[in-house]
Amino acid sequence: MLVSIYRYNPEKDDAPYMQDYQIELPAGKDLMVLDVLNLLKAKDTTISYRRSCREGVCGSDGMNMSGKNGLACITPVSEAAKNGKLVLRPLPGLPVVRDLVIDMGQFYKQYEKIRPYLINDAPAPAIERLQTPEEREKLDGLYECILCACCSTACPSFWWNPDKFIGPSGLLQAYRFLADSRDTATQDRLGELDDPFSVFRCHGIMNCVSVCPKGLNPTKAIGNIRTMLLQRAT
Amino acid sequence: MVTQITSFGRSGLYDWMMQRVSAIVLSLYTVFIIGYLLLNPDLTYDQWSTLFEATWMRIFSLMVLLSIGMHSWIGLWSISTDYLKATGVRFFFQSLCGLVMFIYIVWGVQVLWGL
Ligand code: SF4
Ligand code: SF4
Ligand code: FES
Repeated sequence: MLVSIYRYNPEKDDAPYMQDYQIELPAGKDLMVLDVLNLLKAKDTTISYRRSCREGVCGSDGMNMSGKNGLACITPVSEAAKNGKLVLRPLPGLPVVRDLVIDMGQFYKQYEKIRPYLINDAPAPAIERLQTPEEREKLDGLYECILCACCSTACPSFWWNPDKFIGPSGLLQAYRFLADSRDTATQDRLGELDDPFSVFRCHGIMNCVSVCPKGLNPTKAIGNIRTMLLQRAT
Repeated sequence: MVTQITSFGRSGLYDWMMQRVSAIVLSLYTVFIIGYLLLNPDLTYDQWSTLFEATWMRIFSLMVLLSIGMHSWIGLWSISTDYLKATGVRFFFQSLCGLVMFIYIVWGVQVLWGL
């Protein structure tokens, strides 16, 4: 199989380039893209990428595989390869540190902006803040986000304004706290989102939904935030 | 919160709502005009000018004119903040859009009222 990898080492290279590798894959087995990278790394130790859990939980190996963002560890080669060729690039839209490793600083800054923690100044009860099963259910499809950045780096609105538009991942998290019955800062949170960029730069293209490896739906969460903003203003 | 914004209403929600409201006005007007033309295949000049002399038609048309101004300003403003990265160029483009829209509205009022 032919694997083409984006290579860039800012200490040595003037510009990024694609390097081709030919590799024999074991017959009768559908490896994951991460396995292929590991095999290649054994041969060429200079290839750099992030990975940790190798089972779709940590979110560190988000990359662009033949044009689509996803987690290398849970994407089978059969799905990622096109015409017998596998093209691996870093997630688009963020600065490349080296090869497939990107600088996620901007992504985390947006995450930080939405204050991703429960705000409740009432003294904590002796055991825990209780929720009804219905209240808890509202967090399903939101809390599962692993911050892999596959969605935000697939979003054109985030590419053009990564410093102003929160991006699908951050907005999914923003809604996770807006929807939480235990959080008391709902109005403050909404106030911080009502500008033409933070939420409203989303044009509903749904790239985020199509790539999320956890099957989450940021577009729906963004729609819910919009409804909350509308209810608050009218 | 992103502050320092040159958008239309400065609030994201307001711009978003305006964009939708103006879109509705524009489509209603389009449907109306097309319907009117279809129902009056041999339209005369007199008929056409009587239509535009009616106050409700002038209100409707003025609403459409303002909607075009608003709708295109919000749209072009968004596009300029997406694609024009040099501040000078973006500022020039936004000013130009503002100017053109202002001209259209004044000119349109002149046409409607036959001033
Ligand atoms: S739906 Fe919104 S957030 Fe998702 S990719 Fe499109 S513009 Fe980005
Ligand atoms: S929403 Fe999905 S794609 Fe986006 S960061 Fe979370 S898990 Fe990754
Ligand atoms: S290595 Fe942890 S998600 Fe892929």
